[in-house]
Amino acid sequence: MHEISLAENILQLIEDASLEQSFTQVKTVWLEIGQLACVEQESLRFYFNVVTQDSIAQQARLEIIEIAGQAICNQCNREIFVASYYEACPHCGNSALQVIQGNGMRIKEMEVE
Amino acid sequence: MCTTCGCHTGKARINGKSISHHQHSDKPMYYQLVDSSRSHPHAAMPAAQLPNTFYFGTNTTDTHDPAMDQTKMIKIERDILVKNNQYAAKNRHYFMKHGIFVLNMVSSPGSGKTSLLIKTIQMLCDKLPIAVIEGDQQTDHDAARIRATGVPAIQINTGKGCHLNAHMVNHAIQQLPLEDDSLLFIENVGNLVCPSAFDLGEAHKVVVLSVTEGEDKPLKYPDMFHAADLMLLNKCDLLPHLTFDTDLAIEYAQRIHPEIPVIQLSATQGNGISAWLDWIKTGHHSAVLKKQSLLHNNITLD
Ligand SMILES: Nc1nc2c(ncn2[C@@H]2O[C@H](COP(=O)(O)OP(=O)(O)O)[C@@H](O)[C@H]2O)c(=O)[nH]1
Ligand SMILES: [Mg+2]
Ligand SMILES: [Zn+2]
Ligand SMILES: [Zn+2]
Ligand SMILES: [Zn+2]
Repeated sequence: MHEISLAENILQLIEDASLEQSFTQVKTVWLEIGQLACVEQESLRFYFNVVTQDSIAQQARLEIIEIAGQAICNQCNREIFVASYYEACPHCGNSALQVIQGNGMRIKEMEVE
Repeated sequence: MCTTCGCHTGKARINGKSISHHQHSDKPMYYQLVDSSRSHPHAAMPAAQLPNTFYFGTNTTDTHDPAMDQTKMIKIERDILVKNNQYAAKNRHYFMKHGIFVLNMVSSPGSGKTSLLIKTIQMLCDKLPIAVIEGDQQTDHDAARIRATGVPAIQINTGKGCHLNAHMVNHAIQQLPLEDDSLLFIENVGNLVCPSAFDLGEAHKVVVLSVTEGEDKPLKYPDMFHAADLMLLNKCDLLPHLTFDTDLAIEYAQRIHPEIPVIQLSATQGNGISAWLDWIKTGHHSAVLKKQSLLHNNITLD
């Protein structure tokens, strides 16, 4: 649902970087999207194509690196992988988990010319 | 879009006027972050974010001039919502400095946010100053409903946008008469999905679930129930007419967010409201104390 504003935020970060780095075309953009970040990848790709029209990123290919959700169990202290917020710890069944990875979304790097 | 921040304001309007891009600098709202003990780790944003550059794809034994090869890799390593988070940090510092306790009210459309705010204002407005920011895609009906209670309200219309962002709120708070030690409610656009991702600078997100919606909303929209610090179960006056399983709804919410406090109430009948008011007063009191201790210790935020 908010993929259009994510796409606009990504374009803005690209344009900021182009002022600092002086490049004229973006070929590839690598994003890291956490599994828990509630981002619909297909929708993000769609809106990225829409918002980058007539911009320096209009030719850009979007590479999305999915970051696995990881949490620490508050009860047994083990690190576990989780695909959603409502999973229970597979070791002890406790559902009080502290997410340590996979809830963010970052623009990682770009290939430009 | 506002070119100074890049947050998606789209066709957003505040009290019917489109957002002008120069207002942020009118008021001194650019604070240095000094408090690292805050529990919102994403708010701090170092200013120096110049990306590193390195070249790739050129064979080191190759004799051709690497400058001729125009392709290069640029490291960015920034949160996609960095701009929103910078505004949120600014808003939060403004609120902290002025002892303003801010709640970001989120729910599906029609869960009773505006009704609940009206009831809450009626019960509290002789005890503390209150202001409201209303977010809706269209119309200023909700701001008008709030103003009828006598407290100031600003309407933000997000147009097609399905959530408020910190930039819109930054504009709105410059137009509101906001007193020190006051209470500010932000009613977000009715939507259980993306408002969870956009920090506005609030002290807490409060999620409203009404008993006409189905017990499994927390499982269907886990991000929101994870992001909220309090759940209000509204329209409890209707329970005798429904098959809604209250315990099950609370169990689902706590599966997503262990120990999230839940208050059962009715915005229209007033049952359960006092627990909610107590929760507000506690938070408001600590916001005021926090401001005083900053003043007392002579910590300047600007
Ligand atoms: N029975 C009952 N109806 C309510 C309650 N709270 C809100 N409503 C009704 O629910 C509808 C939507 O309320 P509103 O406050 O506009 O919801 P919002 O979209 O979340 O701001 C209105 O018709 C309200 O009268 C409640 O506690 N009990
Ligand atoms: Mg409303
Ligand atoms: Zn465990
Ligand atoms: Zn602006
Ligand atoms: Zn949205």
